[in-house]
Amino acid sequence: MTEIFGISVQALMGQLIIGLVNGSFYAILSLGLAVIFGMLNIINFAHGALYMMGAFLAWMLLNYAGIGYWPSLLIAPIAVGLFGIVIERSMLKWLYQLDHLYGLLLTFGLALILEGIFRNQYGVSGLPYEMPAAFSGAFNLGFMFLPKYRAWVVVASLLVCLGTWFVIERTKLGAYLRAGTENPKLVQAFGVNVPLMVTLTYGFGVALAGLAGVLAAPVYQVHPLMGSNIIIIVFAVVVIGGMGSILGSIVTGLALGLIEGLTKVFYPEASATVVFIIMAIILLVRPAGLFGREK
Amino acid sequence: MKRKQLSAMVALLSLATGAALAQQGKISDDVVKIGVLTDMSGLYADIGGPGAVIAAKMAVEDFGGKVLGKPVEVVSADHQNKADIAKTLATQWFDQDKVDMIIENLNSAVGLTVQGVGKDKNKITINTGAASSRLTNDDCAPATGIHWVYDTWMLANGTGKAVVKQGGDTWFFLTADYAFGHSLEKDTSEVVKANGGKVLGAVRHPLNTTDFSSFLLQAQASKAKIIGLANAGGDTVNSIKSANEFGITKSQTLAGLLIFITDIHSLGLPTTQGMYLTTGWYWDLNDDTRKFAKRFYERHKKMPSMSQAGVYSGITHYLKAIQTTGTDDTAVVMKKMHETPVNDMFAKNGKIREDGRMIHDVYLAQVKKPADSKYPWDYYKILQTIPADQAFKPLADSTCPAIKKP
Repeated sequence: MTEIFGISVQALMGQLIIGLVNGSFYAILSLGLAVIFGMLNIINFAHGALYMMGAFLAWMLLNYAGIGYWPSLLIAPIAVGLFGIVIERSMLKWLYQLDHLYGLLLTFGLALILEGIFRNQYGVSGLPYEMPAAFSGAFNLGFMFLPKYRAWVVVASLLVCLGTWFVIERTKLGAYLRAGTENPKLVQAFGVNVPLMVTLTYGFGVALAGLAGVLAAPVYQVHPLMGSNIIIIVFAVVVIGGMGSILGSIVTGLALGLIEGLTKVFYPEASATVVFIIMAIILLVRPAGLFGREK
Repeated sequence: MKRKQLSAMVALLSLATGAALAQQGKISDDVVKIGVLTDMSGLYADIGGPGAVIAAKMAVEDFGGKVLGKPVEVVSADHQNKADIAKTLATQWFDQDKVDMIIENLNSAVGLTVQGVGKDKNKITINTGAASSRLTNDDCAPATGIHWVYDTWMLANGTGKAVVKQGGDTWFFLTADYAFGHSLEKDTSEVVKANGGKVLGAVRHPLNTTDFSSFLLQAQASKAKIIGLANAGGDTVNSIKSANEFGITKSQTLAGLLIFITDIHSLGLPTTQGMYLTTGWYWDLNDDTRKFAKRFYERHKKMPSMSQAGVYSGITHYLKAIQTTGTDDTAVVMKKMHETPVNDMFAKNGKIREDGRMIHDVYLAQVKKPADSKYPWDYYKILQTIPADQAFKPLADSTCPAIKKP
């Protein structure tokens, strides 16, 4: 068997594919953060909590209402998005004129409250979410078994990421959005309802978090702290990719998933820290991030 | 809206201070105060946590709420799994709040710290939640500290031996990369080798890992028959879940080295069926345990974990010793507790050894198939009762410096 640094090529391929799956979660979460930061200038610390909410909503829909995975994939993100809109209208909109720090503090506080509520209600052991029947089983790739569901996660998140990128960078709506953040007064003068656009953008950004939550529910335990476990890495992804860069967050999310996967083979003890080491290096070399522009 | 935010903040603040105020009672020596120091809301809160406080209160109520005509009080606090916070709380309880005994103390780092404080202040500490066998070995404090429910040696010995005997003679470990995981891996490896098995390798993962698939693929590549999970709580849960998803459980068997009933409840039987585990207590052992569990369930809506049951047992034994000796003096009460066998719904003829280890029968169990589970929380099939004298590390092998070797 061929080997690279004492690891068989087959094992390496398996690890790379798993890295890609994890990278898909990072990508979809950091995308939402990037959209919100790019358009609203808000550092949304509640993102992890909203991801957790998405997973819990899927669980509640299944257990209280008997609604399965597929409808949840639509209902839960919309519900999380609506919740986000309420937050934006009632709290965040007062903070746009202030320093980033205020938005960060508010959303951080919200994250703590949300997590506290779910923790109080559902305990800390987590809840199981059944794998949808269509996805039970695995593809035999020869060198590894790839669970069907994980393959679906990669496909779904790539579709969502590319779709979002296309809408923002290549359509008229996206052009309005980008113009609205550059110069809201001017765009408003052309008859575009900028505040509404901003609200909907925030709603969309957090709906992405909700969607990631539903995608994660069958793979990981539905857990009140699942958001805070992943959000720190996702923030590192956003920083490495460049704050507010859509493409940057997608590419970096996937790439870091791969790097993390490799670390788990060569030096597992460091797999939790490798992302932050990369972040520190990038910040030294390119403070605006890989895809960011310095202002 | 601002008012709403404000009231939410006030509510939060009062919650935070509530825990602090709860520790401060009236300062009086005419009361026996028992402190439950545990993780109230973090990673391990379902193992000890609020349920441990309920168990403590039940023990006091069942004792009549009084000992020698003086009231017995239960206070509780959240150590947040941090040894420094635990140390501050324990010191304050003993020095200022006239707490006489501290129980629960889950998480090995906290457990070792609190036992150390008890030793310095000459106050009794009973550990029901932590795993480390260091509590009764290198860091033992036999004059004040008791380890009640389980430890890493007992878990390794129970599960390791049974699995090797069933033919699982090649092992690969998934180990949490900190002191607890390392010692569990080491203890189990020794048992496996002693029984004729082989350890093919191990992978160390960081604490609180979300995705275990990479590590499991490495375990799969090792071709070991048994994958030993030397981790706890959420890490164990996630390992088991991913192992099922990747089809690893079809060709290899998982052995959970520290599994609580709350973990099984959270994962569900379809995912966990067939797993071996060792437990210090199970709610469905006999009529006594069932009676206690039923009363506990009415209050907590969950069945008691072995740790929570241990809190009840430890407090009852402590209060009985005070009742008999007529004093709450540490040395006198400890002496009585050592002399008296522990006989309650938790243990039959349990004995506190001179190194502080409470030895009692423990149970090797297998998780039931969903079809065999007849009622809620019917999760374990008890395969074997491991007698007290074989369940724990023999006194002759103890590394506790305070006891003299024969």
